[in-house]
Amino acid sequence: MALRKRVVAVAVAAGLGLTACGGQSSGGGGDAIELTITQNAIAGGKNAAAAKFVADWVIPTFEAAQKAKGKNVTVTFIPSGVDDEQYKTKLSLDLKSGKGADVIDIDGIWAGEFAEAGYLKPLSEVVGPEADAWDGWAQIPEAVQGMAEFDGKKYALPVGTDGRVLYFNKSLFAKAGLPADWQPKSWQEILDAGAKLKSAGVPVPIQINAGTAMGEATAMQGVLPLLAGAGGEVHRDGKWTGASQPLKDALGLYQKIYGGGLGDPRLQQEAKGRDKSFQQFAQGKIGILMEGDYFWRGVVNPKTGVAKMADRDQAVGYALIPAIEPGKGIRGQDFVSMSGGALRTVNPGSKHPKEAFELLAFTLSPEALKEETKDGNVRVTPRSDVNKEILAGEPLLTFISEKVLPLTAYRPPVAVYPQVSVALQEATAAVAGGTPPDQAAADYQKKLEGIVGGAGNIAS
Amino acid sequence: MAQAISPPEAPKETRTGRYSSDAAGLGKARAGVFVAPALLLVAAFLVFPALWVLYLGLTNYRLTGAAAAEPEFVGLGNLLGAVADPAFWNSTWLTVQFVLGSAVIGQVGLGFTIAWLLRDRRGPLKRLVEGLVILAWILPGAIVSFLWVALLDRDGGTLNALLGLPGFAWLLDHPMLSIIVFNTWRGTAFSMMLYGAALSNVPPSHLESARLAGASSWQQLRDVVFPHIRGHILTNLLLISLWTFNDFTPFLLTAGGPDGKSEVLAVHVYKVALQSGELGHGAAVSTIILLINLVVAVFYLRLLRSRR
Repeated sequence: MALRKRVVAVAVAAGLGLTACGGQSSGGGGDAIELTITQNAIAGGKNAAAAKFVADWVIPTFEAAQKAKGKNVTVTFIPSGVDDEQYKTKLSLDLKSGKGADVIDIDGIWAGEFAEAGYLKPLSEVVGPEADAWDGWAQIPEAVQGMAEFDGKKYALPVGTDGRVLYFNKSLFAKAGLPADWQPKSWQEILDAGAKLKSAGVPVPIQINAGTAMGEATAMQGVLPLLAGAGGEVHRDGKWTGASQPLKDALGLYQKIYGGGLGDPRLQQEAKGRDKSFQQFAQGKIGILMEGDYFWRGVVNPKTGVAKMADRDQAVGYALIPAIEPGKGIRGQDFVSMSGGALRTVNPGSKHPKEAFELLAFTLSPEALKEETKDGNVRVTPRSDVNKEILAGEPLLTFISEKVLPLTAYRPPVAVYPQVSVALQEATAAVAGGTPPDQAAADYQKKLEGIVGGAGNIAS
Repeated sequence: MAQAISPPEAPKETRTGRYSSDAAGLGKARAGVFVAPALLLVAAFLVFPALWVLYLGLTNYRLTGAAAAEPEFVGLGNLLGAVADPAFWNSTWLTVQFVLGSAVIGQVGLGFTIAWLLRDRRGPLKRLVEGLVILAWILPGAIVSFLWVALLDRDGGTLNALLGLPGFAWLLDHPMLSIIVFNTWRGTAFSMMLYGAALSNVPPSHLESARLAGASSWQQLRDVVFPHIRGHILTNLLLISLWTFNDFTPFLLTAGGPDGKSEVLAVHVYKVALQSGELGHGAAVSTIILLINLVVAVFYLRLLRSRR
């Protein structure tokens, strides 16, 4: 997987080299319609189950259904198995040059900047009235629909949503004399558990992502949930949060973990640190790990994970992320989380937007979602009707959907957010490397002023 | 990398002024027609992109967001911002280390040493050494860097297993040293082959007379060999300095990390322009790199001319 990541990094660096290959072959043969679909998923690597599902079920089933209607449609899957940042760069360059797959998966947070850039257009413009008339909308909760909207228009269909929790290794917990139904109520309880794990000989008691090498994973599974737990938000009422007390508190927790020997600061610097943290958790070297439900579904999944744990259901526990102290989280909450979600949309440059939308809608039909999520690949889908059926036997995802989603928070959907996120990542890197939190917060504020256009846009 | 180069010839053509400058008898117009396709290609793929980068550097063009659709003119803002950015100077300094360490000292030194040691040898040993060195050069960068990550990895790395140093983080504690050694290993073949060819041009009779006069090895090198291959050395330095200066492969080993400690300029531009999406800012940095490259090239070319 690491190799593939590098190969694509080179290709992305070459920029046009890759986009030049993105075009469709001119469909000269009769009325054959060629469609392409892309996701950041690849057989044998990242999101392997999703890649397999598209290749083995979606494509043949869709092609057969079209054939039954008398249409000759062939669909090709364009795989990708790289970091999300690199996938985004590739998509941006594809869309900028009017190329790219017909049906595209994007992270919900990119919708705003892609729409502003003109890379995506409202579905009703690209596809026609079919988009707004899609029967699935009635099944999708408002909050989830909101991810696919920009300026009040729908730019995509939501593919699902997620949430962050604290995972812990139950056998290591038993060794350290900690309960199997652990649920910390404050940050101090996390540190206490870390200290116990440490004295029980666990090499890495706590892993909370820090540093720039992990990219957005540092924000979503690190500093943002902590910020929310300290009662802060990165962007509120049109203003950005500078060197505020919540940020200093969040960075302070990093200092206690990485300065206090409860975490491995070097892991945060490694180019493949996040992949390594997955491996180490699966090997029983990490006690507590903050991650999204992707970790459960795609990483330690005993069948399709990238770091399989055969005994996942028995060995891995999960708990809500506590606020710094009860009642001190955002909106006065005791527990917090962060959510995002993927979107799936039609390329405005598609030659066959109607058929592309049919394919898109088909991937989010109840039958496709049920097929996709069977055999241990359950995830929180956008459709309430499907979730009711499939989450029944899935404790973690029921937990996410019932306990986490009601108290979660979202990132600001604006184009400069990725740069703000990098500045936050740099602040955590500094603290993990020994800089005092106050200093790192002040440096962050200075960078923030440069990014968002002056101190006037920062709440004091 | 694999560009055909011809080492500068000894100055034989100084007297061409005596002959007609139109040796082929084509006339300016027809000669122009012959040159035109090449000039068009150069214009389309070199001059135009360079000018485009200059223009982009003056805008706030971004990869995504509103500024991607309608970039605005910001004048010299990007250039001033880049020059005021400590990360830029950090990258410049790292690039200087990278070029001096891996190209000037590493590749030239090692390449010349191998070429010198093998100059009179024939047979399987020479072929084996040359084969291995060239193999390092011709393998695709992605594969080679994956092998090096496996070699230098902190936990399961081959080097740590060999040295019995489990957990020693080469890529984190010595990122610059790692990429310098890597690039020396990777690029030595070019220098070795160039010097191998150059050394075979040194007349054996000169070396013989130097030996008879009692010159030591070092004296032979200094007074007989170097004057003969000076042009080759400078050409080689020019090419590998520029290649190394613009080399992106370190990214595949360290991704510029940890915390920017191996973020050479090529990686810096990638991070600014493509990862942060600030294409305008990245173009401004590229403009500065272009200028530095020009200065380096002019420096070497003047040196070449003055030594003739």
